[in-house]
Amino acid sequence: MKRYSAQIALIIALAVSLGISLASNSIDAYYLDIALNVGINIILAVSLNLVNGHTGQFSLGHAAFMAVGAYGASIFTLEASSKLVPMLGGPSAFATGLAFLIALVIGGLCAAICGWLVGMPSLRLKGDYLAIVTLGFNEIVRVILQNTSGNGMFGGPLGLKGIPPHTTFFWVFALAAICVYVVASMVNSTYGRGFLAVRDDEVAAGSMGINTVRYKVTAFVTGSFFAGLSGGLYAHLRTTISPEGFNFLKSFDIVVIVILGGMGSTAGVVLAAILLTVLNEFLRDFEQYRMIVFSLLLIIMMIVRPQGLLPSLPFLNRKKSA
Amino acid sequence: MKIRHFVFSSAAVSIAAALGLSGCKKSDSNVINIGEVAAMTGTTATFGQSSHNGTQMAVDEINAAGGLLGKQIKLITEDDQSKQGEAGIVAKKLISRSKISALLGEVASGRSLEMAPIAQAAGVPMISPASTNPKVTEAGDYVFRVCFIDPFQGTVMSKFALSKGWKKVAILTDTKQDYSVGLTEFFKKHFTENGGTITGEQSYASQDKDFKAQLTAIKAGNPDAIFASGYYNEVALIAVQARELGINVPLLGGDGWDSDSLIEVGGKAMEGCYYSNHFSNEDQSPAIQEFVKKYESKHGRKPDAMAALGYDSAKILFEAIKRANSVEGPALRDAIAATKDYAGITGSITLDAQRNATKPAVILTIKDGKVVYTETITP
Amino acid sequence: MEQFLQQLLNGLFQGSIYALIALGYTMVYGVLRFINFAHGDVFMLGAFTAYGMNKVMGPALASMPWPVALILVLLVSMVACAALGILIEFLAYRRLRNGPRLNVLITAIGVSLFIEYSAQLLFGATQRGFPALIPREAIANTGGLTISVAQVIVLVTTILLLVSLRFVVMKTKMGLAMRALSLNPTASTLMGVNNSVVISFTFGLGSALAAAGGILYASLYGGIDPFMGIQPGLKAFVAAVLGGIGNIPGAALGGLLIGITETLVRGYSDKVGIPSGYSDGVAFVILILILIFKPSGLLGKVEREKV
Repeated sequence: MKRYSAQIALIIALAVSLGISLASNSIDAYYLDIALNVGINIILAVSLNLVNGHTGQFSLGHAAFMAVGAYGASIFTLEASSKLVPMLGGPSAFATGLAFLIALVIGGLCAAICGWLVGMPSLRLKGDYLAIVTLGFNEIVRVILQNTSGNGMFGGPLGLKGIPPHTTFFWVFALAAICVYVVASMVNSTYGRGFLAVRDDEVAAGSMGINTVRYKVTAFVTGSFFAGLSGGLYAHLRTTISPEGFNFLKSFDIVVIVILGGMGSTAGVVLAAILLTVLNEFLRDFEQYRMIVFSLLLIIMMIVRPQGLLPSLPFLNRKKSA
Repeated sequence: MKIRHFVFSSAAVSIAAALGLSGCKKSDSNVINIGEVAAMTGTTATFGQSSHNGTQMAVDEINAAGGLLGKQIKLITEDDQSKQGEAGIVAKKLISRSKISALLGEVASGRSLEMAPIAQAAGVPMISPASTNPKVTEAGDYVFRVCFIDPFQGTVMSKFALSKGWKKVAILTDTKQDYSVGLTEFFKKHFTENGGTITGEQSYASQDKDFKAQLTAIKAGNPDAIFASGYYNEVALIAVQARELGINVPLLGGDGWDSDSLIEVGGKAMEGCYYSNHFSNEDQSPAIQEFVKKYESKHGRKPDAMAALGYDSAKILFEAIKRANSVEGPALRDAIAATKDYAGITGSITLDAQRNATKPAVILTIKDGKVVYTETITP
Repeated sequence: MEQFLQQLLNGLFQGSIYALIALGYTMVYGVLRFINFAHGDVFMLGAFTAYGMNKVMGPALASMPWPVALILVLLVSMVACAALGILIEFLAYRRLRNGPRLNVLITAIGVSLFIEYSAQLLFGATQRGFPALIPREAIANTGGLTISVAQVIVLVTTILLLVSLRFVVMKTKMGLAMRALSLNPTASTLMGVNNSVVISFTFGLGSALAAAGGILYASLYGGIDPFMGIQPGLKAFVAAVLGGIGNIPGAALGGLLIGITETLVRGYSDKVGIPSGYSDGVAFVILILILIFKPSGLLGKVEREKV
């Protein structure tokens, strides 16, 4: 039984999500909104954690993959869903749900492809450079989306509007559970030790016969896929998306969650995602101070407790020799 | 194991969410809640602050006169920080948490476009004071505006330019703003259909600082005037840099220019430029002068168009509440839609079938560092 | 043709500002091996300091001949921002000097955002007009080309600062210490160099350059706001990488190249049929290309990673 405890936990999580989702009409809309945001941030943070935390690559452009997924899923829904739903058996909840899932997966795949395209050439670079390249990629995606035609498929700087609000509690938390399951399983497997090896000492890992580039790209692509999924969920929750919402600041928000939670610690990151999303909402009245507080928090964390809230390994505490 | 952590925490969150049931605010029954979304901070803060001042003035007036339907009006204002994405979130918050009966806002078309579908879906009447992009009211029958729309505003400037004999115009658009893109489109259409030529079209994004490249390209086309359809921040810089490049033709623009900051940053470069607006505080009619005096004594400076529109949008809402004798969504919506010949500070307001107002526009110019009225153009 | 030359000139002047900021990045990276994300914000603070000086001493400044006023404002801002840079290094980066580089990078981002949002809180996000420290006039057109006084001053100042910097790095004892530190921190301590002092000095110098860049930028374009440093900062970083990070002439070269490319893209985009907004992405495309094909930069040396 213990062998399958992970899978059982996953199924329980899915069932609970479904249950709560069916009852969601009686939940205050505002709180439901917050909960859905929490779920989306969990997916974003856990997927980024795979790249930054478990594999030690510093990616600052996660919001770009979220954007690709958001636009991919939304465009699919807006353009193709009306033709797809009849094919799946008419306008039933099942058909709409399935069409939505397909849209999300398409968004995720687009993001994964971008992840591969960006990752392949740049993962040869060292920490600082990769950070800047991913940041640059984030900017490029934003610039491209912003300069598309306003009347075209991408909606230009105004973005897309009128996306049907398919996102429900079930979808968000089911996918969050799946994301956590996948990432945790990946890292805890024998193959997955390779990620940690790459993080701890790339040169040593290479000399142990680990194909470091392959691991890095795998982490990057998987992380991008889930970021794309979360983007699709986000789009179908907000019903409008625009390029500006996926800029560097969004990437930074996710990075803060990962660092606060503890790079490399899935549980810590999930906890941090919940805490920060909820905190964000309640501090809305103090918006002017929010970023100041967050950036100070980040600086203090890095100086005082760089391993985060729930550290997995005290690796970030090590002193590097000159 | 990590997954157990997750299940536990997600269960905790869901329980908290479910508890939201009991978190419902009990509505305070002797107050009418009206929501307002405005950019109180951020890059276009002057818009939000002005419109808020105007709206608040109207609210204070009505409360001093005894309120409406025997209750006081409570204005709940949320700041969207001039950011895309925030307006929708705070609108949702106002609707579900503060149980507002109506929503006032926003000034910027892009942000109104976010809010409109939300208000429509929730059956909460929304009145935008100053958003001119036509798509805003297309969101549904609960969305209104008390200003003219860009198809009209674009033609206003085009008519004006042609009347001055400027047949060759270059266009500079802020592609990051719905408002600017829409306004350019309508200006171009009318201008080219009536014998004008566009010598060149350049674009920039909000918060850009350097326009020399675009201006150099425009200069090569030798225009008689430049139509800059964006907001005041960038327009001021564009003017300064244009003069430095030796471009001395006038700039033309829309109500997005309306802010003290335009002259503060643009200085001498703005002399002799023109823009269309909803209202001129030099208009000598008694009602307007009374409003100007009241506003000036309260805020230390003369009101701009956003303040006047904020005021009018609130007053029209109050009139409608009085007429409908209720704050129920459908009844209020119908009452607002029936607004006819309301004597507003910004002109006589009648809402048409598309829930837009048909009003004249004024052309203002900058002379000796001050904004001066030039002429009125009627639809 | 004339338009092309004018655009080239525009690009040249914009590029010289990027070069000025890039110098700071490249120096700090050369000595400390880390990207100071907060550099762009010191740039912004320099501009705001000048604005503040003008508010306080406006009439006094106006009564002096403008070159004197300009130099005064520049000096005061540079000194103030140098002090600020040293303070930031002391408070935020010093303790992390021996830790993993990623931590310092993250802290730098934190510092950058902290400065930006504090500035927003203090000054408001609305743009303010920057005083015309340099008269905003066009110099007589020579063959249809317009250059403004401001543009010429910017170029001249950049060259002066570049030359001074090279002098400091190559011909002074402190410069020698900086170069030693960048080659091998441990060995330099053994040679009697006080690393902490050198690092503080480097930060101070870089920040002073950023402040100067900020004032010149604001003089050139006319407006300041708390977030004005982000885009130029990022592009200047790309410029530093393009030229070879750690290499001073490289930073200047990189800055000019990026300035010119961006301006040309922006100016000619409508002829090619693409929106001019794409010029923002130009710097990043260049970055990715350079990092793929020649990561050491145009003038840089290849560094072998030793085990």
